[in-house]
Amino acid sequence: MAWLAKSFNSSLGKKLLMAITGLFLISFLIVHCGLNATIFLNDGGVAFNEGAEFMAHNPIIRTMEIVLFGGLLLHIFDGLRLWLDNKKKRPVAYAVIDGAANSKWYSRSMGLLGTLLLLFLIMHLKHFWYFSRLTNDLTESHTLYNEMQVVFQSPIVVIVYVLGCISLGYHLLHGFQSAFQTLGWNHPKYTPTIKAIGAIYSIVIAALFAAMPVAFYFNLIQ
Amino acid sequence: MEGHLNLTLKIWRQKNASVAGKFETYQVSGISTDMSFLEMIDVLNNRLIEEGDDPVAFDHDCREGICGMCSMYINGRPHGPNRGVTTCQLHMRSFQDGETITVEPWRASAFPVIKDLVVNRSAFDRIIAAGGFVSVNTGNAQDANNLPIPKEDADDAFAAAACIGCGACVAACKNASAMLFTSAKISQLALLPQGKVEAAKRAEAMVAQMDEEGFGACSNTGACEAECPKGISLENIARMNREYFSATFSSK
Amino acid sequence: MTKLDAKIPEGSLAEKWTKYRSSVPLVNPANKRSLEIVIVGSGLAGASAAASLAELGYKVKVFCFQDSPRRAHSIAAQGGINAAKNYQNDGDSVYRLFYDTIKGGDYRAREANVHRLAEVSGNIIDQCVAQGVPFAREYGGLLSNRSFGGTQVQRTFYAAGQTGQQLLLGAYSSLQRQVGMGNVKMYTRHEMLDVVTIDGKARGIIARDSVTGALERHFGHAVLLCTGGYGNVFYLSTNAMGSNVTAAWKAHKKGAFFANPCYTQIHPTCIPVSGDHQSKLTLMSESLRNDGRIWVPKKQNDTRKANEIPEDERDYYLERRYPAFGNLVPRDIASRAAKERCDAGYGVGASKMAVYLDYAAAIVRYGKGEANKNNMHNPSDEEIQAMGKAVVKEKYGNLFDMYKQITGEDPYEVPMRIYPAVHYTMGGLWVDYNLMTTVPGLYALGEANFSDHGANRLGASALMQGLADGYFVIPYTIGNYLASEIRTPAMSTDSEDFVAAEKAVRDRLETLMNIKGSKPVDYFHKRLGKIMWDECGMARSEKGLKASIKEIQALQKEFWSDVKIPGEIDNLNPELEKAGRVADFLELGELMCIDALDRNESCGGHFRTEYQTEDGEALRDDENYAYVAAWEYEKQSKFKLHKEELKYENIKIAQRSYK
Repeated sequence: MAWLAKSFNSSLGKKLLMAITGLFLISFLIVHCGLNATIFLNDGGVAFNEGAEFMAHNPIIRTMEIVLFGGLLLHIFDGLRLWLDNKKKRPVAYAVIDGAANSKWYSRSMGLLGTLLLLFLIMHLKHFWYFSRLTNDLTESHTLYNEMQVVFQSPIVVIVYVLGCISLGYHLLHGFQSAFQTLGWNHPKYTPTIKAIGAIYSIVIAALFAAMPVAFYFNLIQ
Repeated sequence: MEGHLNLTLKIWRQKNASVAGKFETYQVSGISTDMSFLEMIDVLNNRLIEEGDDPVAFDHDCREGICGMCSMYINGRPHGPNRGVTTCQLHMRSFQDGETITVEPWRASAFPVIKDLVVNRSAFDRIIAAGGFVSVNTGNAQDANNLPIPKEDADDAFAAAACIGCGACVAACKNASAMLFTSAKISQLALLPQGKVEAAKRAEAMVAQMDEEGFGACSNTGACEAECPKGISLENIARMNREYFSATFSSK
Repeated sequence: MTKLDAKIPEGSLAEKWTKYRSSVPLVNPANKRSLEIVIVGSGLAGASAAASLAELGYKVKVFCFQDSPRRAHSIAAQGGINAAKNYQNDGDSVYRLFYDTIKGGDYRAREANVHRLAEVSGNIIDQCVAQGVPFAREYGGLLSNRSFGGTQVQRTFYAAGQTGQQLLLGAYSSLQRQVGMGNVKMYTRHEMLDVVTIDGKARGIIARDSVTGALERHFGHAVLLCTGGYGNVFYLSTNAMGSNVTAAWKAHKKGAFFANPCYTQIHPTCIPVSGDHQSKLTLMSESLRNDGRIWVPKKQNDTRKANEIPEDERDYYLERRYPAFGNLVPRDIASRAAKERCDAGYGVGASKMAVYLDYAAAIVRYGKGEANKNNMHNPSDEEIQAMGKAVVKEKYGNLFDMYKQITGEDPYEVPMRIYPAVHYTMGGLWVDYNLMTTVPGLYALGEANFSDHGANRLGASALMQGLADGYFVIPYTIGNYLASEIRTPAMSTDSEDFVAAEKAVRDRLETLMNIKGSKPVDYFHKRLGKIMWDECGMARSEKGLKASIKEIQALQKEFWSDVKIPGEIDNLNPELEKAGRVADFLELGELMCIDALDRNESCGGHFRTEYQTEDGEALRDDENYAYVAAWEYEKQSKFKLHKEELKYENIKIAQRSYK
């Protein structure tokens, strides 16, 4: 198995790990966002709570949750490792850098965006995952939906969530197409489509997630 | 038509690899807009010599954009403000009168500074020596037309082979990654039937050497492609990834 | 003259090389491992020789002054490489390539060498394709050819306008493969500063590490100089800034004869000098003369803009003088005609040292052609212009872009200004059939030798010669010498001869550093260049040459007393490197003038104003000058002429006419 470690420890292998875990997290976000978007049915959280209930008790989902955390940790670990490695490759910094001339700021800032997302995620997990999995506070009279209503009464929390979603949007805007490039899927016929889907995905996911706390805060949904 | 510029130059001066460097500021005046950037440095250097100072050391040779020897990180960009040209083909009409121009060497741990703006790019030679060739001894070849190659493949291989090995990709990359350079050679040879025989071995060996030299990983920002004076495409990096992954997961 | 034995094998022309290869002594593989070869220069000739010899098992060391062997100036060659493949079924053959090369060289090249070159030309293409060189191809997947000047067949293989780059990278990859395998030791940023001879044989070199300034001694059973041409003696040329004669000149001073130094090729289509600041000249491919028309105003000192000069006030002088070939006359003739017009006061541009290369007519012609193709019956002028420009862009777009980049003018709108520039040197170290100089064990390959191009080189033949020498000639011919060296063990570089050679180099460097004069190296180089260009360039005369020999001698003295070299001797010091090279150019320039003065005829790139026909064409003197002039260095400013008679047994000598 030494070859496997060697492969994943090469510069290309690290990127491969980043791309695979990234795409896995991207697929998770579709499920997460899709389920949460049921709140916009404005049915008092009935559909949402049913979904949450299903997710909480289905054994496959429970197993996947472990895989998800594994993937997330790998993504974070690999990202940190790449960041530390790459930082060493230019010991003397340039005095003047005109980065905008050749690349997008968010492409150059994946580490920063990722760190912001991590901080946001810790708060987010504390708010909901910790609440629903590790406390006994979740009851039929106080559902996860009710907890959202409570949490999103704080304007500061709402602002932080919106900023987190903006970070997420930019992180995805680069990450989506970058993952395909890393996997070697660059083709004149398909790459423009991949980039377009990536952009739509990033905007829709980020916008939908951001709309949730905003909608609760302004009581746009009951 | 021809005009004249007065400029302030902030140039990195470093006596050799073992001492620290710093920026020095120079004023140059009456610079013709028809001059190339290197000719402007020539003017400065001849003045420095006459004044008894050490002239600015910089790499250059063909001065027609093909040898890949010239470098210089000018105002935050490798080879200066224009796309698709090397520093030797950058002309002073691209600058404004009164402008301050900052000139730095390529910065990368794999490209240590030798003196002033001169860096050591021998890492590139070692990457090629690791596998950037077809193992064919002189005299082994069959008749050239015994091996038809689709025109599209030959054209793509040529586009990758147009790399001049200047190192602008490394200089532009926030990670000082050499993936565009390495992938251009892997790509050229992977596209051609002559190179396919050794493709897997080549990809593994060249990537390993690239890592050993201390170049960074790829963040897919596209800065290398944008700054490449020969327009080498990111598609080459994708192809290298395919070659490498299929090699590393299938080799025995 | 007894010294000059070209060692041409016996037998008929077509059999010489085959017979030679079958009878040349061989070195067995075990002995090859203990034979060391020093190669200086990593261009087409050097890289291909190094790779091929290392593959055979020799221990090879390669030196180049650039930071990588891939930078050598072969990389800048644009057009293509000739080979007698006859893939186009248009009647090409080894004999035709041989014949065209001898004729193009104005009957001043050695028959046996040129025939061998033509014989191996096809193998070069095979070898390069096998290495993965991406030559241009047709849709059927087979190789494409184009035609070039001086031939009537299509035998030029190419890779867009970057053929030299692709061929060099092919040779470089073969070289790096051997470096990776440990068979070649590569020394970059090293400049050879002397040849070491022991008992009359070349046994190694003294090289300076440009980064540390350290002098190094390197032993070799044989030394190969693959160091290119000396066009930079003119200061301005299409050569790279670093191209120099130093290696060849040091060899010359150690006993290698220098042959035909005055044969220089001036290329007619280059971007003209724009001011004193100019450091080098850029070639615009010869192919532009296919569609462009060359003209100057009929009026002297005409200051009007090109587009304001009406048609009947333009002098299309090439079409006027050479109606049969028009704008497509050979390089030497086109160059001289441009110079004649400018000297007579008809030049254009700010410097008045340029002529127009005009695409207006071609744009209209192509535009109308497109209109016909597209069934447009009454196209407007704008439509014709737009369609015509599109066609021109497709054919020559990259060259037009390069012109615009350098001059800031748009050649689609205004005619290009062009002027001839120094491009290639046919002269070089004298070598025999084995490519060995007059110093045993010292070889010269590629542009560094004089062998194959006579007095004028045909387009797309330089790449052919460099690779022929390296891949297919030297691997055989070196055995002829090394077979008798197998009993010579590798020598210590602590011997007296090595120590003395290193000391001489160190003394010279220290002398240069200690002059501490007042003028930078470039000042002297520019002055030498001006003398050479004015008096030993496109037109030479007895009076001018005699005067310039004196001027150059005076300049040598001035240089050695007033040059100012900054920096340190033991650090990267580009000015010190340049100074050494210019010092050698100053001596070479003198020899070029001496050679030009000796050759009382006009041939190829050598035009003596006294020897021309009534209508200004070159007048050769086959009776008295059908020889190679090989010069022996005796002492400073003293050279002795040796003649190698050229015998034409297979070709009938004729006068060239393009009228």
